[in-house]
Amino acid sequence: MSLIALSAGFLPLLDSVLLVLAREKGFAAAEGLDLHLVKESSWANIRDRAALGHFDFAQMLAPMPIAATLGLNPLSVPMITPMMLGLGNNGVTVSAELRARMADAGAPTTLEAGPVGAALAKVVRAAERKLRFGVVHQTSSHNYELRYWLMASGIVPDRDIEIVVLPPPLLPEALGSGGIDGYCVGEPWNTVGVKTAGAHIATVKASIWRSSPDKVIGMRAHWAEANSEIVAGLIRAVHHAAVWCGERDNHQEIADIMAAPHYLGLPAERILPALSGQFDIGGGVAARVPDHFVPYAGAANFPWTSHAAWFYSQMVRWGEVEHIPERARAAAMTFRPDVYRSALTPLGVPMPLADSKVEGLLAAPTEVASTSRTLVMGPDGFFDGVRFDPEQIEAYIAAQRG
Amino acid sequence: MPLQDLAILVIDENRIRASIIEDGLREAGHLRVTVVNEINEVARVIERDMPDVVVIDLENPNRDRLEHFFSLSRALRKPIAMFVDRSDAAAIEAAVEAGVSAYVVDGLKKERVKPILDMAVSRFNAFARLTRELEQARSELEDRKVIDQAKAILNRTRGLGEAAAYALLRKTAMNQNRRIVDIAQSLVTADSLLGPEE
Repeated sequence: MSLIALSAGFLPLLDSVLLVLAREKGFAAAEGLDLHLVKESSWANIRDRAALGHFDFAQMLAPMPIAATLGLNPLSVPMITPMMLGLGNNGVTVSAELRARMADAGAPTTLEAGPVGAALAKVVRAAERKLRFGVVHQTSSHNYELRYWLMASGIVPDRDIEIVVLPPPLLPEALGSGGIDGYCVGEPWNTVGVKTAGAHIATVKASIWRSSPDKVIGMRAHWAEANSEIVAGLIRAVHHAAVWCGERDNHQEIADIMAAPHYLGLPAERILPALSGQFDIGGGVAARVPDHFVPYAGAANFPWTSHAAWFYSQMVRWGEVEHIPERARAAAMTFRPDVYRSALTPLGVPMPLADSKVEGLLAAPTEVASTSRTLVMGPDGFFDGVRFDPEQIEAYIAAQRG
Repeated sequence: MPLQDLAILVIDENRIRASIIEDGLREAGHLRVTVVNEINEVARVIERDMPDVVVIDLENPNRDRLEHFFSLSRALRKPIAMFVDRSDAAAIEAAVEAGVSAYVVDGLKKERVKPILDMAVSRFNAFARLTRELEQARSELEDRKVIDQAKAILNRTRGLGEAAAYALLRKTAMNQNRRIVDIAQSLVTADSLLGPEE
């Protein structure tokens, strides 16, 4: 049987790993797919080439398919997300100089978003110049979660701290002398900052918003509809890759595969921390973040419509789009749990029965209603304890308008 | 507004390609063309020149940074539309194929921008051909070097003259259905492994 060729774009980040493993470990071939992965240089290229159909699908920032569906980009075409590429993986890294000032202001080295944010707020109030932080894209989970963290810590983005956009591989060298004081990025670029730029990891996505998504599979809605069998095969292939990636015994092999020049092009030891959760956070301090990157456990690949709704609420919050109820619905429906379910039901994979959830409901790992066997999820929600209920999105948006 | 009044900014870290595009635009009658190779200069140049059209290569990892900057900048009037017109799929396709992207001030007429983009696309393609040919010439030179090394090894180890050594390489390549340069490379590698340690 000849394989069906599929082409996909990705950026050199750890969370391209599920696509890489689908190809390298034969999971895609087993589904009859010849996965051709193309390393891109910018999210803008991913967005444009996916919209034009140069890529059948792509690794995307979770808010990107939503922005495309809402027509926020030039070249916008309706996109869907049938699957998430795991949870977590981001961190906030700061220069050695800023870390020293934060430590004086009482910042712990525990990576806890709350106390670290409080210390940063003290530094910002005392600073003689406006600090500048980098994120990888405007329409990114990084931008929204960094802004969320800052606001909830008493720092007003844009007014108190400038936020600029830089590509992930250029962030570490831009620290300090390069004009930025900190950045929010996916691994391995926090670890690279620690190892090559004397930087410090200040906090992590896993603390700011627990069990939260970051990268997704994005594809044109029309294409997905016309190729539903291929999409189902792709979901199954990535599912097997995710299960395999979640096994601790495979971490070293995964790091070796990702180290190749056509993927990350970095030494394997820079890639391992994100997989193992064992970090050198700078200055010789070690930290363990067990849920730093979750490729499979806790329904990590399930496209919750409530996650899409939260990203939409932040687009409204930062003035990228004006809220109207139909738009909120269209944004939420960009994530497609129905497509995910229909692909994996034949495999008996445990999946949540709900499409949507309240962020912040699960304070501890909890067994949830699922299709088969047991499914344990969470804890989830934001570090400041504010819940997001997608049914109450109007009130949430109003409260954030303050 | 006559043609030369349009301000055009070309952002390309490849200096040769940038100057090829600049020449093309000047030949087409555009007088207000600025070229930026260093990404850190872009903000300053945009504030100064207030470009109507910005042309950038797609390999540039700073594209996301530029788009964000454009979205904040007061110099570029209101939302900047990429490419010429969303309905003009063929033009967009050609641009992305060629590896170039353009940002246009909102409200600028399609017929005014289209020739600029077309020119950029054709110059990008010409440059790609040029570099492809250069690559080819380079790799042919490399191939010849490897084959010469292999011939020298055969001369040293088996006393073959140049013509006989080449004939042997060619025969082996034909028998194994491989390229001569691959056979030569295998021989050079094997020789370095088996040869005396340095």
